[in-house]
Amino acid sequence: MSDTASVMPEHPPVLDWIHDFDHTDPRWTENPYPIWEELRKASPVVHTERFLGCYMPTTYQAVREIAHDTEHFSSRRVIVRDVRPETMNPAPPITSDPPVHKPAKQVLLPPFTPDAMKKLEPRVRAICNELIDEFIADGKCDAAARYTKHIPVRAIAHMLGIPEKDGELFIEWIHGILELGIKDDNALMAAVHEMSAYFAGHIEYRKTHPTDDLISTLMKATDGNGQPLSDQHVLGSLRLLLIAGIDTTWSAIGSSLWHLARTPADRKRLVAEPELMPSAVEELLRAYSPVTMAREVMKETTISGCPVKPGNMVLLSFPAANRDPAVFPDADKVVIDRKENRHAAFGLGIHRCVGSNLARMEMTVAIEEWLKRIPDFRLDPAGQVTWSEGTVRGPRQLPMLFGKPS
Amino acid sequence: MAGKLKIHVDQDKCQGHARCKSLAPELFELDEFGNAHEVGDGSVPAGLEDKAWLAQTNCPEIAIEVTEE
Repeated sequence: MSDTASVMPEHPPVLDWIHDFDHTDPRWTENPYPIWEELRKASPVVHTERFLGCYMPTTYQAVREIAHDTEHFSSRRVIVRDVRPETMNPAPPITSDPPVHKPAKQVLLPPFTPDAMKKLEPRVRAICNELIDEFIADGKCDAAARYTKHIPVRAIAHMLGIPEKDGELFIEWIHGILELGIKDDNALMAAVHEMSAYFAGHIEYRKTHPTDDLISTLMKATDGNGQPLSDQHVLGSLRLLLIAGIDTTWSAIGSSLWHLARTPADRKRLVAEPELMPSAVEELLRAYSPVTMAREVMKETTISGCPVKPGNMVLLSFPAANRDPAVFPDADKVVIDRKENRHAAFGLGIHRCVGSNLARMEMTVAIEEWLKRIPDFRLDPAGQVTWSEGTVRGPRQLPMLFGKPS
Repeated sequence: MAGKLKIHVDQDKCQGHARCKSLAPELFELDEFGNAHEVGDGSVPAGLEDKAWLAQTNCPEIAIEVTEE
């Protein structure tokens, strides 16, 4: 898109996935599952020279070992990119390592407990219905652009205490950071700066006009030494909530509706047996986990018997772990009443997603309200489904037709 | 006849995924940070054994111990 020097050269197509994998390759974006299967059969840990050197654990076990090992693996960089500039603009606690991680995370945990989410649920249900009202009469819609995208944006805006209509800004910034930013440093920095300036204004305002929203909660919080959090820390955590809370859940809801559009049996069963919703949500999270994280190797070690050396990044693919047939029988099959499901969609270890209860509630409510109003729907053969590239995977175009086929 | 079950959440392992609370709300409670604890002394009332095992087999951190007394 941009012709500035900040844009990295185009990546050559991958010819050998096992020794030269690339998670930005269009084939990976379109359908990563057969690629992961090939990699998993080759080794529990594979390596590429791309991205200045990067490993990828391919099994559930190897992903688990790395996620639990904060001694050899740092979270200071959580996106695998073409460049590795000095770490700036941290977003605690996701970019924090022990010992500073725990106090930074504990500040954020109470506002995101299941009980706290129950209080937010009626507003999310209303948001879903407001969105459906806008397109249901058309008999069709792009569900990614008109529905799934707006639910998490409005929900997190509501929690933060900022106008829900500012959501369009957030979506632009997140696109700059998570997608364009992998290969375009200017796009990344522009988005980070705009986002920081926006939140700095909201923080300043609350210094004289305290509120009871999440921004004020962070401003009133203290660190491990009983000191108030700095404005920079508050800003970083707000950046995290926005970046981590939006296109992740947008993707999870979108993939769920994509699956249900293509799988009438599951759709009918969920309508007839709504009590299956909790296990269905967990299974959709497993099968279509949106989030791949990253670590940086700090000290030499071995993972599942494979040597891992400093200087390399790690593509920490929770989605690939969740398709490991050694842990999940029929791993490539969606079984909405799956009984045993230790999926790692929200990560494992100390960096477990702080918003997991919010994401589950949003997914549940978004699917329930959609099925109530639009029990029959299918992919529009005249349109095209497109998927996001890179760190977070989900449909970005999802054209649907409503009603039974005539 | 099987013995009585007892559950325990290892606080060093629990990361607050809250799967146990969702699957077996009678047996687990969450603290203010969302981390799980067994209700009372962890004794599983008769009839809730299946839920105890379900919670154990769905915990992503393998933090729940189930023992037969």
